[in-house]
Amino acid sequence: MSTATATNYLNEAKGWKSWLLTQDHKRIGIMYLAGIFFFFLVGGLLALIIRWELFTPAKDIMEADTYNRFFTLHGAIMIFLFIIPSIPAALGNFVLPLMLGAKDVAFPRLNLASWYLYVIGALFALYSIISGAADTGWTFYTPYSTSTSGSVVAIAVGVFILGFSSIFTGLNFIATIHKLRAPGMTWFKMPLFVWGLYATAIIQVLATPVLGITVVLLILERMVHIGIFDPAMGGDPVLFQHFFWFYSHPAVYIMILPGMGIISEVIATFSHKRIFGYKAIAYSSLGIAFMSFLVWGHHMFVSGQSELASLIFSFLTFFVGIPSGIKVFNWVATMYKGQISLKVPMLYAISFLILFSIGGLTGIFLGAVSVDVHLHDTYFIVAHFHYTMMGGTVIAFLAGLHFWWPKLWGRIYNETWAVVSCLMIFIGFNVTFLSQFIMGAQGMPRRYYTYPEEFQRLHGFSSVGSLILGAGFLIMTIYLLHSIFRGKKVGRNPWQSLTMEWEAESPPITHNFDKDMVLEHGPYDYDIVDAKYTEEGTL
Amino acid sequence: MDTTGSFLMPPAQSTYAGDVDALFNFILIAGLIIFVIVIATTVFFSMKYRRKGMATKTSGTDHNLGLEILWTAIPTALIVIVFIWTFRSYIKMSVVPGDAIEIKVTAQKWFWTFDYAEGANSVNELVIPVNQPIKLLMSSQDVIHSFFIPNFRAKMDVLPNRYSITWFEATSTGTYDLFCTEYCGKGHSEMLGSVRVVSEEEYKKWIDEGSDPGKGLTLEEFGRKLYVKKACNTCHTTDGSKGVGPTFKGVFGREEIMEDGTPITVEENYIRESILEPKAHIVAGFQPVMPTYQGLLKDREIDAIIAYLKTMKAE
Ligand code: HEC
Ligand SMILES: [Cu+2]
Ligand SMILES: [Cu+2]
Repeated sequence: MSTATATNYLNEAKGWKSWLLTQDHKRIGIMYLAGIFFFFLVGGLLALIIRWELFTPAKDIMEADTYNRFFTLHGAIMIFLFIIPSIPAALGNFVLPLMLGAKDVAFPRLNLASWYLYVIGALFALYSIISGAADTGWTFYTPYSTSTSGSVVAIAVGVFILGFSSIFTGLNFIATIHKLRAPGMTWFKMPLFVWGLYATAIIQVLATPVLGITVVLLILERMVHIGIFDPAMGGDPVLFQHFFWFYSHPAVYIMILPGMGIISEVIATFSHKRIFGYKAIAYSSLGIAFMSFLVWGHHMFVSGQSELASLIFSFLTFFVGIPSGIKVFNWVATMYKGQISLKVPMLYAISFLILFSIGGLTGIFLGAVSVDVHLHDTYFIVAHFHYTMMGGTVIAFLAGLHFWWPKLWGRIYNETWAVVSCLMIFIGFNVTFLSQFIMGAQGMPRRYYTYPEEFQRLHGFSSVGSLILGAGFLIMTIYLLHSIFRGKKVGRNPWQSLTMEWEAESPPITHNFDKDMVLEHGPYDYDIVDAKYTEEGTL
Repeated sequence: MDTTGSFLMPPAQSTYAGDVDALFNFILIAGLIIFVIVIATTVFFSMKYRRKGMATKTSGTDHNLGLEILWTAIPTALIVIVFIWTFRSYIKMSVVPGDAIEIKVTAQKWFWTFDYAEGANSVNELVIPVNQPIKLLMSSQDVIHSFFIPNFRAKMDVLPNRYSITWFEATSTGTYDLFCTEYCGKGHSEMLGSVRVVSEEEYKKWIDEGSDPGKGLTLEEFGRKLYVKKACNTCHTTDGSKGVGPTFKGVFGREEIMEDGTPITVEENYIRESILEPKAHIVAGFQPVMPTYQGLLKDREIDAIIAYLKTMKAE
């Protein structure tokens, strides 16, 4: 056994080639992690610069053209290069096979290919920055995007390629979940994170091609003027919005469903309790995935679409909200009579419950069509989607990151600093974005470079919040990097969890497990089984 | 409950704004109640069931039919209420009253033009009578813009390929903000206007003057007025600083280098051409973004602008 503890996936092969040519899902997961961290840093710095410019009503540090490019890049980078791949491609890649008791994903080479596509797509996005950058907003609305002098084609090609990266990951996960579950793991014995990834993968495979087609049409329109969106040639610019949101609304769930999966794992583990309403949570993931294709028109209530269409979309939108609400109730109920440990992942999960509830509940204002007429394209929207995307997905990602971090590296971060940073992120986030709800309701339009005096106080408040947020992330970067080399070593199952990834060593060996895995108990059988843990290294 | 205005929203000044606010307040209160219950329970559980030492076996309860029916039924019921409510207020917002006064709105980068049936027109200032339904027939000359008056809770996109329509009835006189809320490029955040709601008599007077706007003014004064009214000031400064377009300070008689390298001295015909056919000659160092004022300015108005530009000497 002593040799087994010495070699693991991190040190078995050495040199950069052993990384760039690896087919090990764990290494690919780590490489994705490196990629998304890089872009989170870039996107985050852009956000800080934007908040700096908005600190006062007039021009502060840059020209309008620069500002427009910055908010476009911030949005595009955060969505396409950070959030969409964050949970599935980085964390999911690492833990999915481990959770299923498998040696790898179904198609390891395809997995590596999707990482390379991610890198190539990212290079196009970076190229677009040095070749002038796009100033269209991440939504690329026509006819602005077909007539601006900004560098739209390069970033559109980037988005197209990133779409394929996402599709490949989705395909791979679907096949993996169908085929590589350990003997005994029936569908309803799968951990809920796996259900989340499964529902996400379905949307990725079905919706992303529409995005691909849309950006190709956009590129053709710009380069050879096919006239599909250009009103001067009889095209319809609003058609673009329909295409775009037909992908991008489901994409909202590509972003949040895996996050919900993480929250299920973290709350069950740290409450040491059988999850409440397992089937309700699993089915609601699929329900949400299906419904998400039917609500895109809620982004277009004032676009001139017919009133009847708006009312139907409003109605359907409310009904996609209910399953999300039920999930929240299930998570809270899971804590009832549990044995709750408030370690960092659980603090993030609680933070998620608060922020995601705000994000979800403010969605009801926006789903109500007559209220949305007032709130559409104001800071209220900006605040709402930051509460769901950042307060929801990013916080869930951080919960998962801190949860699986000891599995990734075999070492644990400094708890005190992690708590400090978690609190700073929570406070900074609310200061930044609660103020935006208020200014949005008061009528402050989004994407404004300068703004009327009356919004100064709230904008100032928001900018200060973003600094607290930035400082929280800075601390996190430091203690996480430090822990990779110096962190305290941990054993296989530091959290006393019952899901299968914790039966592998920390960090796992290249083939994941030292035996063939068979499901011996359900993922949440905390009432039946005493979770195994290694005396040494349990937290 | 006072349903006009909400502590989060700007004062409500149109007939349907009150409905919107009432619904906004309802969602806010219902949402807050649900939020407080969920979060209070979470916090309570995390304290009450705090783990002591290593974890041991816990209770296996994983469902409770009554509870689950309850927490599905209550949100569903609330949502049905919200939907019926929004349905009714949205219908009210969408159906234009038959007796509405129609005003044509044209959006272009980056200003608004309002044309009245009586022949008057204005830029960036919409003048309307109080207590009268107003219908706006809107279209764009270039990209998509969006017409937004927060105090009226009215918003509608303005499209290049078709008319879009919105309506409202102001309930009190005053001046309110008008914003463009669809991102439209460099000048998006300066595409501001105002709505001046006036009494019936004042409106009549304004319309009459509007048909002959320069009455009682010297040519230069009239030109100065047009400089603001026709939104030249969004791109051209008079203090010598560079805007989207060249400054007007010292413009008359100045020698400009064009994009293709030819020099042109600014005189009457060149100014006229710049206004009516701005793309004919582009000054080096500037984008060809100036809109044409063909059809928007009458000859006398162009004369007035030229007279005004002549007054602006360089030091
Ligand atoms: C959207 C911005 C914009 C608006 C509004 C605008 N202009 Fe311009 N204008 C420009 C730009 C940019 C140029 C320089 C490029 C060119 O020659 O077309 C320019 C050039 C000019 C010139 C030539 C100046 C020179 O130094 O050669 C004149 C005269 C002029 N504008 C007059 C007007 C008048 C009068 C109005 C209002 C009725 C007006 N502009 C409104 C952007 C604008
Ligand atoms: Cu949506
Ligand atoms: Cu605009």
